[in-house]
Formats: sequence, structure tokens, C-alpha cells
Amino acid sequence: MGALLDAQSWRTLLENWPIFAAGLLQTVVASVLSMLLAAAIGLVMGAFALAPVRLLRWVNRVYVEFFRNTPLLVQVFFLYYGLPQVHVVIPTLWVGVLGLSIYTGAYIAEVLRAGFQAVPRGQMEAGLASGLTYSQVVRRIILPQALRFTLPPLTNQFVNLVKNSQVLALIAGFDLMYQTDSWSSQTALYVQAYIAAAVLYLALTLPLATWARRMERRMNRQLQRRADAGVTEVA
Amino acid sequence: MPESAPFHPWAVLFTPENLRFLAWGFGVTLRIALGAMAISFAAGVVLGTARFAGDRFPESPLARGVAALATVYIEVIRNLPMLLIMLAVRFLTPIPAIWAAITGMSIFTAAIMAEIVRGGLMSVEQGQWEAAASQGLSLWQTLRWIVLPPALRRMVPALVSEFITITKDTTFAWSLGIQELLGSGVILFNRYLNAMQVFALIAVVFFTVDFLMSLAARALERRTGEGLATQ
Repeated sequence: MGALLDAQSWRTLLENWPIFAAGLLQTVVASVLSMLLAAAIGLVMGAFALAPVRLLRWVNRVYVEFFRNTPLLVQVFFLYYGLPQVHVVIPTLWVGVLGLSIYTGAYIAEVLRAGFQAVPRGQMEAGLASGLTYSQVVRRIILPQALRFTLPPLTNQFVNLVKNSQVLALIAGFDLMYQTDSWSSQTALYVQAYIAAAVLYLALTLPLATWARRMERRMNRQLQRRADAGVTEVA
Repeated sequence: MPESAPFHPWAVLFTPENLRFLAWGFGVTLRIALGAMAISFAAGVVLGTARFAGDRFPESPLARGVAALATVYIEVIRNLPMLLIMLAVRFLTPIPAIWAAITGMSIFTAAIMAEIVRGGLMSVEQGQWEAAASQGLSLWQTLRWIVLPPALRRMVPALVSEFITITKDTTFAWSLGIQELLGSGVILFNRYLNAMQVFALIAVVFFTVDFLMSLAARALERRTGEGLATQ
């Protein structure tokens, strides 16, 4: 690999750092915006799964199964090429964010549903018995516990989201992948471009993934200790 | 073939020649998916076993070394976007586009498969190994008769859900200039400007394949009563 050792190529890459920085920024912005929107969708859809109304539970199942079993890229193309068809024109970044949110929202809905169902039923009964209202029990007792269970998987979903933001490259969304692809085809410095992009992506994903795993281990140990202490929780 | 007026955005997709065109693209999608499934599973078994060796035999320097190498590969690769790897293979190697797609997908997915394989092996209790050793079984016999049967059973649901992911991710091959199902759809859309109809139809095709796979995985999990918790 002569290209790998060519000093001039690396100098060119360093001189062009603003291009990669702009791509990285766009990737971060798209990921954060999508995560916020996906969390909102996931929270509503996840709550539907526990609703006492059958129609809402059915909506949850259809949404989750449909969007998890179809390619993100097909969903994004549907929006990117389809919205102008019905005379809706929004900036490309927002098309990407919308697609990423709808897709990731389905996964987050599942994570939250599992989290809610992991909270023992007795908690609700105990809360109601001690005179709290239904919404107080949900807000102050159920939700905090459910969110604690789901923090690691939610972090993993965010890592997936950062990786999935690559779809922006295919709709000219000026993210890191797009800039890497266009810069490398202009300069023919493919080795430098892909190594730089890999390093930048890992700088975003590795710390998050590691943190998620640590949290998961800590929680498992806590649950283990509780079980050892004889506090059995049967959901 | 002359278009009969009036032009209908749905009907035009269901002409025999356009259906054949989409079916051809779907064939390419399946070829990429099956290739990536086979290669990534084989590589995942090797990587996952290598990493598990370090968990199982921490006193052996060889096992620890092999496990360390596998761990670095797994942690780096699975935290990269797959498209990055696919494009790198496409531009840095002389192999044909479709093989670049299959190879790029496999390099990435092998890391995910490795963790599934390792999880399955780890799920077999320590006591099973000790019991097998006390009966005088060799390492190979222990794996063949005691450890692998339950480990493989528990891997199946997670493996199937990874197969679903592979099927969905074949669409990224389009950006390597391969005309698979999504690529066929883009060509039809460019001709008829019926984006919503084209991509909805393609979504339904993918949904049918992937949802059937997920139902099969759930049925298997219920029948064996065993599965790894996957997120």
C-alpha cells in the first residue's frame, strides 16, 4: 500500500480538514435532531403498547413491525422523491432527519415497551394503595424505573442512529459520509479519506457504546445483588 | 410498448415488463443477501469462538492473545457505518461491484455475528463444562455433544434477526452502482415520476420477506423456549 505511506497525500488531507469537520458537524446535528424526534415517537408508540384500548395496541404493533422490517433507505427515498410529488418541499437535512426518526422511533418504542413491562406490577398497586393517583404513580414511580432499565439500550439505539445517518450521503445531505465520498472521488485519495472518516465515526460511536456496556454491567450487578438479598421481583 | 392513456401511477408498475424488471432487481438483492449471510456467519463463528476462547481459558496466553485480536476487530468494525466499509472495499480493491458489496457487508456483519456466537457459547453454564471434563470427554467431544447443541439453539433467534438486517441493508449496494431492487425502483421512478407508488411497492416486498423471517424466528424461539435477549 504505497498510498498509505505517501506523506504528500496526508498533508493534502490535513489541509482539507474543514471539509471533514463540516461533514462531522452535519452528522452530529442530524443524529441529535433525529434522536429527539425518535424519542418522542418512541414514547408515544411505546405508551400505546400498554394502553387499555385494543386499537392503540394494534397501532403500536403495525407501526413497529412495518418500520422495523423495511429498509431505512427505502423509507428515506419514499420521502425524498415522494414529498415533492405531493408538493411538499423541505430541506434535505430535514428529509433525512424525518426518515431516521420514523425508523429509529420504531426501535425505541420496543425498548420502552420492554422497560415499562420490566417494572413489577406490584409497584403500581402499592402506589395506588398509598393514595397516589394513577398519573402520579406513572410519572413518579413507574417512569423513573422504566427509564433506568432502558438507558443502556437507548444509548445503543443512538449509536445505531449515528451509524445510520450514512443514508444522508445518498440524498446529498452533506454529512460525513457524503463529504468523504465526494472529496475522495475528487482527489483520488481514497485511503486517506476512508481512514479519516473511520477515525471520526469511531470518535463518536466508541465512547457511547463503551458507556452503554458499563451501565448495563452495573445494572446487572445491582439486580444480582437484589436477587441475592432475597428481594425477588416477579414482573 | 405504447402507454395507453390515461396514465395511472400504480397500474404502470404492474405491466408485465415492469414486474419482470423489478423481479430481476429482487433476484440481485437475494444474491447479495444470501452471499453476505453465508460469509458473515462463517467469519462470525471463527471470530466469536476466538473471543470466547479468552473467556473460557483465561490462563492460556495463546487463547488470551487470539481473543484480544478478535475483540479489537469486533469493537472497531461494529462501531463503523457499514456503508463506509462497503465504499472502501469498492474503491480500494479491484473486485467487481457485486462482490465488493457482499464483501463490505460481510466484513461489517461478521463482527455482529461474532457477538451472537460468543453470547450463545457464554450462555452454557460453567457446570456443564466441568461435568463433561469429569466424565473424561475431550474438548472436541464436550463441544460436539454438550455445549454446541444448546448454544446453537439459543443463537437462532438473534441470527435470524441479523439475517433480516442484512436483507434490509442490501439496499446500500445501490450506492456502489449495483442495480438491485431499490436500483430497479429508482429507474422506474425516473421514467414515470411516481416515487410514492414505486417505493411503497418496494417497501411491501421487503416487509413481506423480513416479517416472515421474524415470525419464523419467534416460532422457533417459542418451540425451543430458548433465545438470547437481543436488543
